[in-house]
Amino acid sequence: MQIAWPRRIEIALLIFGLCVPLLGIYPVFMMKLLCFGIFAAAFNLLLGFSGLLSFGHAAYFGIAGYVTAWLRLKIGLPTELAILAGVAASALTGLVVGSLAIRRQGIYFAMITLALAQCIYFFCLEASFTGGENGIQGVPRGSLLGIIGLQSDVSMYFFVLAVTVGVYLAIKQIVGSPFGQVLKAIGENEQRAISLGYSVNQHKILAFVLSASLAGLGGSLKALVLGLATLSDVHQSTSGEVILMTLLGGTGTFLGPFLGAGIVVTLQEYLSDRVGAWVSVVIGFIFVVCVLSFRKGIVGEIAKRFKTRQTTA
Amino acid sequence: MTTIAGYPLPVVLGQLVLGFVNGSFYALLSLGLAVIFGLLRVVNFAHGAFYMLGGFVAYLLLSWFGVNYWGALVLAPLLVGCLGIVAERLLLRHLYRLDPLYNLLLTFGLAMMIEGFMQQQFGSSGYTYPVPQALTGVYKLGFMILPIYRAWVILASLTVCFLAWLLIEKTKLGATLRAATENASLTQAFGVNVPVMVTLTYGAGVALAALAGVLAAPITQVSPHMGTSLVVVVFAVVVIGGMGSIFGSIVSGLMLGFVEGLTKVVYPEASTTVIFVIMAIVLLVRPSGLFGRD
Repeated sequence: MQIAWPRRIEIALLIFGLCVPLLGIYPVFMMKLLCFGIFAAAFNLLLGFSGLLSFGHAAYFGIAGYVTAWLRLKIGLPTELAILAGVAASALTGLVVGSLAIRRQGIYFAMITLALAQCIYFFCLEASFTGGENGIQGVPRGSLLGIIGLQSDVSMYFFVLAVTVGVYLAIKQIVGSPFGQVLKAIGENEQRAISLGYSVNQHKILAFVLSASLAGLGGSLKALVLGLATLSDVHQSTSGEVILMTLLGGTGTFLGPFLGAGIVVTLQEYLSDRVGAWVSVVIGFIFVVCVLSFRKGIVGEIAKRFKTRQTTA
Repeated sequence: MTTIAGYPLPVVLGQLVLGFVNGSFYALLSLGLAVIFGLLRVVNFAHGAFYMLGGFVAYLLLSWFGVNYWGALVLAPLLVGCLGIVAERLLLRHLYRLDPLYNLLLTFGLAMMIEGFMQQQFGSSGYTYPVPQALTGVYKLGFMILPIYRAWVILASLTVCFLAWLLIEKTKLGATLRAATENASLTQAFGVNVPVMVTLTYGAGVALAALAGVLAAPITQVSPHMGTSLVVVVFAVVVIGGMGSIFGSIVSGLMLGFVEGLTKVVYPEASTTVIFVIMAIVLLVRPSGLFGRD
């Protein structure tokens, strides 16, 4: 039986993912990459499949990180419960922000999500449980179900990899479901979706909450991987980065956000040691170039080439 | 000592004046955003970066060339406005026919580049800009002490806002501008060079942001990130006021500065978030904004 190209790439990536510890790639770096990949994939669920640009997704990423880190460090809650609580906090925040933001469309939606995320940033700066400028440091990873210890980077890596694969499959499932199809319809023509009798607002809110929760999952994992939760995770620059990752990799594609996250995280790690403050100039430049002439993103462009080649052949 | 609701009068008035000063900045910045959005349908994320450049150019004019405050007040908006024109010609122009979200993202990237560059050149710590000689000192009003420079900022911003409003609402140029905002292709058919108008409008909006930056330089320290979070606050102001309205953006800017000042007296912890809370309430009660029409 012929296996389709996208499936072959997925399998190859999974095999690569499983071999990472053998290849001598620094696991913490890979884990950070995967956490941002989850974050970008969650963001893409909103922008790529329902056409909603949230400019404040760092809020959900960061809030979940803070909640998970605090519960692990101060209460000593089991790892999986701390992650769940973090995701729940993000979902709740997403529900509040989403319900407000969907009252306006397009550019206003983006500005409202941005402003409310800024509000959450200031809250995190002032609140006592977040540790202000210092953040929450020295968070213990704990163990999975009390059996598998996560202290070693390799076992933590496989845990993060498993969650990433789960998120990837879940997003595919969501997009393919009738719910996902309605979301796409709303993204393409909201008026028409309304006239067909779909409750557009409920769909949008649910999509927003789902996206915020998954972003939170990424944030919780990142807090555990690095053992810290900081203000930079809730800052607007992180919201901008996740947009760039998605845009660069390919909006509305499944693998694109992960690829984009890989490129941006690698660039940051590589450049910040060498060029210092030029990093944000470089990132800003990629942003500008991407928006001006590369709007489909890498995966989007490849898929387009592939399609035209198939139709001409 | 005289008190209002248990708070000493001079403290209350001092914060209110400070609120008005901030409100004047919000008004100038949201005016520029509204003018640009009206004609270009671009939400200019780089507004905060241009505000910062205004302050920086003033500082550099003083320390490199010895140009004083009054010279900077004219030169800095001109220079930064020209930079805005270049950005419009080279970048923004290509995206007008697409979803406005793309230009929001483009200007976000532009802001990152500008702020990153300035941080690379000048570090992230702030520079102090001296208050000009003629505006040092205070007015002793009996019930409070009013620094002259703050009074000047309020006066100058209000004058500029009023002139801009007059220009747009009462002159022939303004009428053409409003016509182009309403229907660009029809206006072009009447022989108006709309593309040039668009470019100059962007330049003017950017120049207003730079002017706010020069006015702010002696009050806040000049630093590469002085505009980063300010631009988000101004976005909230614009959502509250309703983006299409010039008058609305000026009034809501001043009003919100005032409210922020009051919050600093009553409940200081909430002073950074109060504007966002008001935005949420306005969205619940009147989603199109206080002065919005759509």
